[in-house]
Amino acid sequence: MSASETRAALRIGGLRQRLRHGDLLFGGLALLFALLVVSLLVAIVAVTWTGSAEARRAFGLGFLVSSAWDPVKGHFGALPAIYGTVVSSLIALVLAAPLAMMIGIFLADLCPARLRAPLSMMVELLAAIPSVVYGMWGVFVFIPFFRDHIAGPIAAALGGVVPALAGPVLVGRGLAVAGVILAIMILPTIAAVSRDVLAVVPTAQREAMLALGATRWEVIRHALLPYARAGIVGGMMLGLGRALGETMAATMVIGNTPKISGSIFQPATTAAAQIANELPTTNTSLHASALILLALVLFVITLVANAIARTLVWRVSGRAGRTR
Amino acid sequence: MQLAGLTTRYRRRRIVNRVMLGLTVVATAAALVPLVLIIAYVIQQGIGSINLAFLTQTFQPVAFGTNTATGGVLHAIVGSALITGIAVLIAAPFGIMAGIYLAEYPGGTASTVIRFCTDVLTAMPSIVVGVTAYVLIVQRTHQFSALAGSIALVVLMVPIITRTTEEILRLVPSSQREAATALGAPKWWLTLTVVLPVALGGIATGVLLAFARAAGETAPLLVTVLGNNNLTFDVFGPMQALPLLAYRYSAQPFKALNQQAWGAALILVLVVLGTNILVRVLTRRRSVR
Repeated sequence: MSASETRAALRIGGLRQRLRHGDLLFGGLALLFALLVVSLLVAIVAVTWTGSAEARRAFGLGFLVSSAWDPVKGHFGALPAIYGTVVSSLIALVLAAPLAMMIGIFLADLCPARLRAPLSMMVELLAAIPSVVYGMWGVFVFIPFFRDHIAGPIAAALGGVVPALAGPVLVGRGLAVAGVILAIMILPTIAAVSRDVLAVVPTAQREAMLALGATRWEVIRHALLPYARAGIVGGMMLGLGRALGETMAATMVIGNTPKISGSIFQPATTAAAQIANELPTTNTSLHASALILLALVLFVITLVANAIARTLVWRVSGRAGRTR
Repeated sequence: MQLAGLTTRYRRRRIVNRVMLGLTVVATAAALVPLVLIIAYVIQQGIGSINLAFLTQTFQPVAFGTNTATGGVLHAIVGSALITGIAVLIAAPFGIMAGIYLAEYPGGTASTVIRFCTDVLTAMPSIVVGVTAYVLIVQRTHQFSALAGSIALVVLMVPIITRTTEEILRLVPSSQREAATALGAPKWWLTLTVVLPVALGGIATGVLLAFARAAGETAPLLVTVLGNNNLTFDVFGPMQALPLLAYRYSAQPFKALNQQAWGAALILVLVVLGTNILVRVLTRRRSVR
C-alpha cells in the first residue's frame, strides 16, 4: 500500500467518523424537539396546578361540589359549570351519535365508490368550520328558530309535567340550544371514526354473512357492528371529549348563567364558557385562581373521556383506527 | 303453508333492509344540511359587507341610528396574519423535528411517551391552552399580548404537525432508505436528502392543516390577545384578530357591527375551508400517482 493510498483511506475513515457524529447530533436534536413536545404538556399541567394554588387552598375539594359563584363576595364553586358542561355535551352526544353511526355505515359500506371521497370530505369540512362561526349562526339563525318552533311549543305542552322541559322560554339561550349546536360540531368526528373502524372489518366476515343469505342490513347489523362496536363507542367518546372542551359556540348560545335550573331550556354555563367570559376581566387574584382551577378540572374531565375513547378505538383497529 | 310463512318473513327482512339502508342515506343527507345552511348564510350575510373600505380601514365608532357600517377590519386582518404567522414559524420546525424523531426512531420508551403526549395535546380543550398562556405570560407581564396568543396557538399546532409528519415519513418506502444506506449514507444524511424531499409535500399539508385550525381559533386568543380597535404591529401588546372581532362584533347591539362580524366570518370561512379543500385536493392527487 502506497503512502498516498493510506492517506486516502485515512481521509475516508475520518469523513465517515465525522458523519457518524452527525448521526448522533441529528438524532439528539430530533429527540430534543420531540421532548419539547412532552414539556408542553408538562408545562400545561404544572402551570394550571400552581396557578390555581390560591383557589385550591381556599376551597379544597369542596370546589367541585359547591354551586356558589359570586366574584364580588369571593365564593367560587365549580358545580354549575361542571353540570352545564356535562349536560350540554350529553345532549350533543345523544343527538349526534345515532346519526353519525348511520353516516359511518353509509360511507364505509353502502356509498357508491365515486361518491365516497366527496361525501367524506363534505362531512369532514363540517369539522373545519371555525367554532365562532357556529356560535354566530346559533345566535342569529338557530336560536330564534329553535325558540319559536321547538323549545316554545315543547315547553308549553310538556313543561308542566316534565321539569326538565320547563319554560319559560325567553331569549332561547340555554342547554338545549348548546346541545344541538355541539351535536352538529361533533357529528363529523364520530362519523369519521365509525367509517374508519367499519372499513377495517375483514371482508371474510361480510362474505360469510352474505353466503348465509343475509340481506345488506343483516350483514351490517350482525357482522359489521358487533365487530366494530368498541371502535364506534370510542368515536363517540372522542366526540364527547370535543363537546366538553368546546368554548366559543357554547359561550355564545348557552346564556352564561352559573346556575343549575334543572330545565334544558334555561340558560346555564359551561366550564370553558365561564373561563372565556370572566378570565380577561378578573379583579381579584382569587377569581383568576378559581377560573384556572376550573380549567384544570375541565382538562381532567376531557382527559378521562379521551382515555376511554382511545383505549376502545385502539382495541378494535390498532393503528388503523387512530384519528388525527 | 310453510312456504307462505317463509315468504312473509323474507318480505319483512327485505323491508327492514330497505328502511335501514334508506335511513343511512337520510342521515348522511341530514348531516350536509347544516353545512350548506351555515355556509350559505355566512356568504349571504358576509358578501354585502366586504368592500374596499372593509379591507383597508380600521374600526370607526358607529353613529346611533345608522345601519350602514363605516370603517373596516384591516386591524384584525393584520393581527390575525401576525399572530398565526408567528405561531406557524415557531410550530413548524418544532412539529417537523418531533415527527422526524417519531418516524425514524420509532421503538423505545421515548417514542411511546412522546406519542402519548401528542395524543393528549391533540385532545386538549383550546381554552385550557389559552389559560396556560394567560398564567405564564399575561399574569407575569401584566399585559395582554399578541405573542401570548401566538404561543397558545403553537401548542395547538405542534401535535397536528408532529402527527402528519410522522405518518407521511412512514409512507416513504423503506427500499429508498435501504438503497441510501447501501451506498454508505449515514442516517442523518439520508433522512435529510432522501426521506425528507419525498415527504415534503405531505409535511407542507400538515402545516397547512395546523394553520387552518389555528386561524379559526378564538377561545385562546380571548384570554391572551384580548382585542384592540386600532391597527398595531406591536406583538407585546393587545391586538385584534378576525375570529375575536367576529365574536365581539356579533355581541354588539349595533346592526352595522353585526354586519361587519359576518364579513369577518366570511373571510375566516374562506381561508379555513379553502385551506382544507386545497390540502385534500393535493393529498388525493399524490395518492393517485
